[in-house]
Amino acid sequence: MRYVIIGNSAGGIGAVEGIRQVDAKGEITVISNEPYHTYSRPLISYMLSGKTDRNKMRYRGDGFYVENNCKTLFSKNAIRICKKEKKVILDDGSEIAYDKLLVATGSSPFVPPMKGLEKVENSFTFMSLDDAEKLEMAITPSSRILIIGAGLIGLKCAEGIQKKVGNIYVIDLAPRILSSILDDEGSGIVRQHIEKSGIQFSLSCSVKSFTKNKALLSNGETIEFDILVLAVGVRPSTVLVKDAGGNVNRGIVTNDLMETSIPDIYAAGDCVESHDITIGENRVLALLPNAYMQGECAGINMAGGKKAFGKAIPMNAIEFFGLSVITAGSYIGKAYTGTQGGKAYKKLFVDNGVLKGYILIGNVEKAGIYTALIREKTPLDTLDFNLIFEKPGLMAFSKADREVKLGGAAG
Amino acid sequence: MKRVYVNEKWCLGCHLCEYYCAFANTSEKDMARALMNIKINPRICIEQRNGISFAVSCRHCDEPLCVKGCITGALTVKDGVIMINSDKCVSCFTCILMCPYGAISPSDSGAVQKCELCVKNAGGTPQCVKGCPNGAIVFEER
Repeated sequence: MRYVIIGNSAGGIGAVEGIRQVDAKGEITVISNEPYHTYSRPLISYMLSGKTDRNKMRYRGDGFYVENNCKTLFSKNAIRICKKEKKVILDDGSEIAYDKLLVATGSSPFVPPMKGLEKVENSFTFMSLDDAEKLEMAITPSSRILIIGAGLIGLKCAEGIQKKVGNIYVIDLAPRILSSILDDEGSGIVRQHIEKSGIQFSLSCSVKSFTKNKALLSNGETIEFDILVLAVGVRPSTVLVKDAGGNVNRGIVTNDLMETSIPDIYAAGDCVESHDITIGENRVLALLPNAYMQGECAGINMAGGKKAFGKAIPMNAIEFFGLSVITAGSYIGKAYTGTQGGKAYKKLFVDNGVLKGYILIGNVEKAGIYTALIREKTPLDTLDFNLIFEKPGLMAFSKADREVKLGGAAG
Repeated sequence: MKRVYVNEKWCLGCHLCEYYCAFANTSEKDMARALMNIKINPRICIEQRNGISFAVSCRHCDEPLCVKGCITGALTVKDGVIMINSDKCVSCFTCILMCPYGAISPSDSGAVQKCELCVKNAGGTPQCVKGCPNGAIVFEER
């Protein structure tokens, strides 16, 4: 059996590990358009801040490809899939035949058209190790940084370089920072905390036009900058499957075995749509844990095993300047707001008797107990909701449930 | 595989497991000296309320969500035991987001901590179990 995996991040690595759970011998080829041993993309900001380094941010150990008997084709772009001949065409003209193919191509930065953007010389995106290294080379202790986008990528970038630059200005079209994961109140708390480190924000605004070192904003302000970082958003990289005639919406469409609509082609990670069980709809959930779990499922199925990927929900754990934020699910239904004093903030969302989502800022202790309630759709009338709302713990479950959790076979 | 299991009805709520855990994870030889004047931050923790108490530590799941979700590769499974490489961990707390038992917590040294069944410090004999005076925590195959 010949397995070909396009992509060398969480989805692709998950697939290697999934395949090897079932098939110890089949030939695995991993294709990557980067020259690097698998690394963790979310760690690029931690690398800039010095919390990790090139070596420690390797997502798997140095011997990973040898131990898993994988052939690697690095610095190669897969440009086309021939589904009839079952082969992948690379940019160097070579052809790689497959029996089972995984597309784990991730996503790429989305740069909206902005007037005068071509005049900006020092413009960067922030998705890859190369992006991070180029940015690191360009910044100086006096650099004025303008970041477009106050989402996870833009703000982690800001945190990563904050100690190494002069000042940082962040703008966003949304009226609040981290708008995809926080409500107004929570966003305000995190914003105030980030502002203490000197980072400035202009929200509800966009860039009207750029000149070489200036941005004229829609609110009339003019921001002078030396370095521009574009962190508006990302788009799933779906073109290979789309061109091959596969079913693609916003992301590649798969079933719960991670099969695309094309026989023997699977997809996993940021390039696919997941079925978000909190809203009952498909959406792109570009999150490393989901990417890994989808990749692992795909791998098991490619190798002839059977494993369904399910229970997908949005979820994020992130920290800014020492303030921890964990969120999960969707913010629908009745909101329960906890007052924990100080910077700590807690909000739980309950709909139809199940937990749909939560936001924890400051105190994130045992957050996974809430995550599990969402994923398992645990009926809240089977436990002591007041108690679990006050403090997540196993005490809130019935004695019988606790016996399973603490005394039964582990799941 | 042998795991730590909890018999809630035998738990006295004495917290000795927490002290034995904290002690096992120091390099000291003497328990009193090791724990004198410090606030312990153990990897096994007692939940206690209205006369009910029980210890909670890593279940070493067969399908460990913490390992699958770990963004750095710091959490791995070795012979069924879920281990943490503190050197790689950046304390992003994705594992805390993922763990359904609340069994992973921040350590005092800038990484997360979790029960490793005393593999690194006591030859794989969980010291919480050894120190439990009432058989409320056991280490066995089920």
